[in-house]
Amino acid sequence: MLAPLSWLKDYVDIDVTPQELEEKLFSCGFEVEELTQLGADISDVVVGLVTQCDPIPETHLHVCQVDAGAHGSFQVCCGADNVEAGKKYPLALVGAQVIETAKDHVTVTGLMTIKKGKLRGYDSEGMLCSGTELGINEDMYPGAGYNGLLVLPDDAEVGADVKPIVGLDDWIYDIAITANRPDCQSILGIAREIAAVLGKELKMPATDFHPTEVVNDGFSVTVEAPDLCPRYIGHYVYDVKIGPSPAWMRRRLALVGNNAISNVVDITNYVMKEIGQPMHAFDGEFLRGNRIIVRRAAEGEKIVTLDEKEFALTNENLVICDAEGPVALAGIMGGLNSEIRDTTTSVTFESAKFMRDNIRKSSRALGQSSDSSAAFSKGVYEYTTVLAMNRALHLIEELGAGKVSSTRMDVNTGNSIEPHEMKASIRKVNDVLGITVPDEDIVRILTGLNMDPVINGDELTIQIPAYREDMESYPDIAEEVIRMYGYDHVQPTFLKEALVTMGGRNVKQKTELKLRRSMCSVGAYEAIHYSFFSPSDLDLLRIPEDGKERTAIRLINPINEDLSLMRTTLAPQMIRAISRNQKKATLAGRLFEMGSRFEPKALPLTEYPEENMTLCLGIWGEQESFFTLKGMVEAVADTLLLKFTYEPCVKTFLHPYRAAKVLCDGVEVGYLGQVTYEIQKDVDMRVPAYVAELDLKALSQWYGKVGRFEPLPKFPVEKRDLAFVMPETVTCGQIEEAIYGACKYVTDVQLFDVYEGAQILTGMKSMAFTVTFTPGEEEFKADTVDGYVDKILRKLKFTMGIELRS
Amino acid sequence: MADLNELRQRAEKIREEIRKNAEQLTSSKAAYEARKNFLDKKGVIGQLMQDMKSVPADQKAEYGKTVNELKAWASERFEEIDKKMRQRELELRYASEKIDITMPPVKMVPGHLHPVTQVREELIDIFASMGFEVYEGTEIETDYYNFTALNTPQDHPARDMQDTFYLSPEFLLRTQTSAGQIHVMESKKPPIKILSPGKVFRSDDDATHSPMFSQMEGLVVDKKITLSDLKGMLDVFVQKIFGEGTTTRLRPSYFPFTEPSVEVDCSCFSCGGKGCSLCKGTGWIEVLGAGIVNRKVLENCGIDPDEYSGLAFGMGMERIAMLKYGINNIKLLFESDLQVLEQIGDQE
Repeated sequence: MLAPLSWLKDYVDIDVTPQELEEKLFSCGFEVEELTQLGADISDVVVGLVTQCDPIPETHLHVCQVDAGAHGSFQVCCGADNVEAGKKYPLALVGAQVIETAKDHVTVTGLMTIKKGKLRGYDSEGMLCSGTELGINEDMYPGAGYNGLLVLPDDAEVGADVKPIVGLDDWIYDIAITANRPDCQSILGIAREIAAVLGKELKMPATDFHPTEVVNDGFSVTVEAPDLCPRYIGHYVYDVKIGPSPAWMRRRLALVGNNAISNVVDITNYVMKEIGQPMHAFDGEFLRGNRIIVRRAAEGEKIVTLDEKEFALTNENLVICDAEGPVALAGIMGGLNSEIRDTTTSVTFESAKFMRDNIRKSSRALGQSSDSSAAFSKGVYEYTTVLAMNRALHLIEELGAGKVSSTRMDVNTGNSIEPHEMKASIRKVNDVLGITVPDEDIVRILTGLNMDPVINGDELTIQIPAYREDMESYPDIAEEVIRMYGYDHVQPTFLKEALVTMGGRNVKQKTELKLRRSMCSVGAYEAIHYSFFSPSDLDLLRIPEDGKERTAIRLINPINEDLSLMRTTLAPQMIRAISRNQKKATLAGRLFEMGSRFEPKALPLTEYPEENMTLCLGIWGEQESFFTLKGMVEAVADTLLLKFTYEPCVKTFLHPYRAAKVLCDGVEVGYLGQVTYEIQKDVDMRVPAYVAELDLKALSQWYGKVGRFEPLPKFPVEKRDLAFVMPETVTCGQIEEAIYGACKYVTDVQLFDVYEGAQILTGMKSMAFTVTFTPGEEEFKADTVDGYVDKILRKLKFTMGIELRS
Repeated sequence: MADLNELRQRAEKIREEIRKNAEQLTSSKAAYEARKNFLDKKGVIGQLMQDMKSVPADQKAEYGKTVNELKAWASERFEEIDKKMRQRELELRYASEKIDITMPPVKMVPGHLHPVTQVREELIDIFASMGFEVYEGTEIETDYYNFTALNTPQDHPARDMQDTFYLSPEFLLRTQTSAGQIHVMESKKPPIKILSPGKVFRSDDDATHSPMFSQMEGLVVDKKITLSDLKGMLDVFVQKIFGEGTTTRLRPSYFPFTEPSVEVDCSCFSCGGKGCSLCKGTGWIEVLGAGIVNRKVLENCGIDPDEYSGLAFGMGMERIAMLKYGINNIKLLFESDLQVLEQIGDQE
């Protein structure tokens, strides 16, 4: 929220520097996001009196003699059409800094420093300035919008600094207001906090006015939707003369970002900024039937707002109507049919409280917003409805914009928040803080916040002002006290009263961290991807229409379609990550991600879905292969002290002959394989990629397994190398399984060579294994192992027709 | 007919030959061959032994002695030659195996945990030592746990569709790990000390916001928990994570689920509080939000707010990671660019 220092000073005597005020605000909970000094870019511009002004022949230029008082007299060439002798203008001295404009004298291009110059042979020492060159516009200072020189008042002292004269000696605070303090969304609200923190009196704005005998016969206000409009005040003003508002009001509105429109409209905007209460002015002549009805819109009812946009409404929208139909979208914007025109002669002011939830939802649903709807969405307290109306009527009189009638319709649904009493224990207040704030400080602070505290023993009684709807119980008092007393009084203690608890990670958390570290140890870097992905990610993987990955939870309001589904697989984001790396010329690497897959039990959701923790691996590079990835998967098995087995599998996104499902104890726990060449091409990958996914939810049943010591064999093991010839289709796994099955003393089978070629028949291959035999209770005798080898050979021959390579 | 004189001359000649030979030998293999040539039974010296048969009997003793001396001398010589040759051969082998030690290594480099995981685990270690357990909630939550139970009234701006991703009228993507607080307090009696890390989601996507980020929530519920305890605990925390000498500053703020609520700044660990680009000249860096658990939240979980009180704090882990490692763009954390991930080494 923007608050000019000069405006704040209307309500509180600020005797600290602008920077000190910023710190004070910060310490009591109002962060100043930006503190801007007006005219900070402007220097050495003084009041100059043109004493002589002669045209330069054949040009539009004049050569002027300018008196700058104590600074001296200077000859200045000037191209403006309104330069004349005897007038005062801003004179930028040599060395001054002003705003630089383009040739049109309007478009700001930066800053410039004034130097001595020569025009058409005439020396020029300095520059006479326009409003734009000082960074001000017509609203900030009358005449500043003219495309020519800014004319200064005749009584301006020659040679004086021009900045205070044109209002460039001000500071603007842009203050962040927390959601619990809508009462501070106004200059007055901030001033109230400043008064409290500086220990000063708050000076309320004048709200007196003098209603005439005139009444608006038959005018009525009816609230048919009291749940959405607890308070509605209408006041009739007549003999209205629409015209521009005075310079001081225009300037203030400009400083807080409002354009001046006309006196009546400016009053509503001014009061909103000053007091925080949005107001509206209806043209009295255009309120058909001379009545106001506040009601929910009929389905399909239409309104055209001030900005000439038409809206079709629903029953959820609140409208202000006259006898015939809507004249305003309540709290959001007035209707075009009743807007204030130059010819308006009577006005009905509205000051009301509308429920913030309704205004926010309507504003959002209709896509229509305004300063008013923004204020109502943050919350407007009923307290300000009367204050603001009275202030507006005072301003009508002050500006001479009209006469205030006696006709006021105030509809109060009877649930107004009035100032009320709250009692609390001082001890409890201090217990929240953990320190003891002296009673006199508590009284001082709460007095400053207009809460009239009385302390009686341990009992604190305060009066909650109507504008503090956020105050509910003693922790709120504790917060008020400490933010004014100072958080630096809080002395650190370390849970001195608390019981000792046992902390740390549980088995699942420990195991998952171990797995992450294990993946790092095999050279993989951890990635984190979004929990949502794109339907096109499923298309990339060629997941069929009825594939289970397509049963994904959809976001109702995603940022875009690419982030619209809760992911059911981690593979596509991994593939895209690999692709991004390859595009950045990282042509080899290893990544892993540990994250959830989301599997709904029903759609739309009726209960919590499954969030299944998954480990996804992705590797790429010329040195990588199915087997390097398999090695990483084995590292997972090893970390968990498990044994995985592998079977061929078919996945739409994996190489048909380089894909396997991973099993543990017969349970399928994942897959691994090479990404298809089609996908590789789709995502522009130069080198092949391999991905694996392991279902940690399934593996978690084995978490916490402890390795048990097996005594080492008492007698030496024996090893034999055996090479077999077999059809190409026989797998290593089949042979291994047969060897293990043939003899219980076999403890290890390692493939060490595969051969296909000239020395073997076509369609056949040779595989050579080292088989380890471990003795049990007795040492192997000379020919024991030969006997076991025979058993293996017989088994392979009779069950698979496979023989030793000769 | 051999005689002693002739033998002595021969022996001298053989010695000469061996000496000469030694100079010409270039390998241990050649030395071995040369030794054989002299010392085998059929070798030059062996032959002299054979010749003893024809030496007159009275000279046999002297003859034998002379040959044996020669043999002993030759053996010793060949030992020396062999040793020298082997040494020379080893030197040649070393020389032949010279490498350029500046050539790249065979890659055996471990990968790194993600910067956010590093922060997360460091935070868990710090708070676990203070007695905190870890509770990981679900990313998909109900409106009740994410908002209502956390005293976020129906018409609070934070509930707006603009900020929250909804999956159904009831289910949403949690916007804060605070949602986990409620589950814990519903199922566990005080004393409670939990840490709740996890992914959270908000409908923001620009240069400084990511629609998904990670939070770490802490909650303590026990008797007589105060704002001073919060300050004390966070003082320890910032020193552990940002270094000795880091201090905290509390300032008023607002969260629906805490009262009082504070923003917590820590003194800038880059400049020590003097003001630099990291702290934008203020000497302070905003690190987390915290407060005393709102009485209504305790009530919502069936905990008597007159008997127990609590403190809660929450921080964005990406923010901590970015501060700690000097990462300037949050998007870098989700792009899985190895050139980025390789730079952030594991701390422990």
